[in-house]
Amino acid sequence: MIKHLLSAGDLSREDATQILDTAEEMLSIAKRPIKKLPTLRGLTVVNLFFEDSTRTRISFEAAAKRLSADVINFSAKGSSASKGEGLKDTALTLEAMGADAVVVRHHASGAPHRLAEAGWTRGVVVNAGDGTHEHPTQALLDAFTMRRHLGDLDGRRITIVGDVLHSRVARSNALLLHTLGAKVTLVAPPTLLPVGVEQWPVDTSYDLDASLEGADAVMMLRVQRERMNASFFPSAREYSRRYGMDAARMGRLADHAVVMHPGPMNRGMEISADVADSDRSVIVEQVTNGVAVRMAVLYLLLSGRQDHTEESA
Amino acid sequence: MLDERDIARALTRITHEILERNRDSEGVVILGIPTRGVHLARRIAARMSEVEGRTITAGSLDVTMFRDDLRLKPARAIGRTEVPEDVDGKVVVLVDDVLFSGRTIRAALDAVSELGRPKAVQLAVLVDRGHRELPIRADFVGKNLPTSLAEKVKVRVAEHDDADHVTIEGGAA
Repeated sequence: MIKHLLSAGDLSREDATQILDTAEEMLSIAKRPIKKLPTLRGLTVVNLFFEDSTRTRISFEAAAKRLSADVINFSAKGSSASKGEGLKDTALTLEAMGADAVVVRHHASGAPHRLAEAGWTRGVVVNAGDGTHEHPTQALLDAFTMRRHLGDLDGRRITIVGDVLHSRVARSNALLLHTLGAKVTLVAPPTLLPVGVEQWPVDTSYDLDASLEGADAVMMLRVQRERMNASFFPSAREYSRRYGMDAARMGRLADHAVVMHPGPMNRGMEISADVADSDRSVIVEQVTNGVAVRMAVLYLLLSGRQDHTEESA
Repeated sequence: MLDERDIARALTRITHEILERNRDSEGVVILGIPTRGVHLARRIAARMSEVEGRTITAGSLDVTMFRDDLRLKPARAIGRTEVPEDVDGKVVVLVDDVLFSGRTIRAALDAVSELGRPKAVQLAVLVDRGHRELPIRADFVGKNLPTSLAEKVKVRVAEHDDADHVTIEGGAA
């Protein structure tokens, strides 16, 4: 198993499968009367969030607490970060307090990597989303959700639609799904596909309607208005007409295909409300699965830590 | 040390001892500890079903997450936990292949208490090799094998290893 979880691309097929299998067991714990395990007792998990988040932070917090770890939440608002303290000094402070794992979300791509490699902390670093780069636990929970609905992902066709340019979810999903043997198609207007996408292990298309047939899962991405400093498409209405998932498009999907969204949704923009609330949509389930997957990640990275420290010593 | 027939005889005897001790199979829940304990538990449950004339299913109880040595070893894969019925007020019989330090059983006792409050917990093992590190003993023992700490007791079960036997490896001859 890897030491830090920084990129979905770092995971081998064995590692990814082990995380998903472990998550399966973790999910069954949620159905027990006592939803708590003593496994990570005495360890401290710090949620270091430089960027706003509802789902991911709560999900990591719930995961750590169900494994009996102590959780410290840090958000940039209301901390010394708003006085100008940088990542390094914040990390050194956390290290001095004895953080065993640091779950980091940062607006700068590569911040978790810097944190893990610079030796500021001895803890395990988990990337909870860095800029427009990666969001590996989201990819793992997406793969987990697909696997529960579709079985083995080998040879499955997954279509990812929307703002790929600003999406760390799309990048992590593309890498992980490729590792797991699925065929990924990215669908977006040309302005919202990143430079160098031809080097990704995916197909690309500008035409959503042509990409619906044969898809086993369709993942809609949020249009990230807050990251858009230029106009990438003429109007919201035109985007929604060409790249939004609505009831008509959903009707053309295969019977077993599921509709996913990493959240938060812009209802009426990339996904219509009736699709979001339909029984084809697994969006709420994704959130439930997120806790199980993050429990699996924390368990696998934090238990058996001794060996890792010996390695680095 | 034990061949296929020895194992079969030991399991049959354990089955009868469990039934004798608990009067009958009502209110008894058999839980095996992965990996090989689960297979042994299934065999005991099958024998019990024959004697009692009704189907008794064994469950499995993974204890990995409750171990006290997690941080001493690389991360372990988690086994499956499947409990066929509610354990509240029942007699839980834990089944494992080898009883050694007793730490696995301690972890299992913690795991059971998270599932509910059984009336009693009993322990059945195929091999008791001694060297306990905790005040734990088995209620039903297939065979006592006195060993030295340098030796390793290997239990093989057909469902998992394509053969049924118990051997002692290593140590001074």
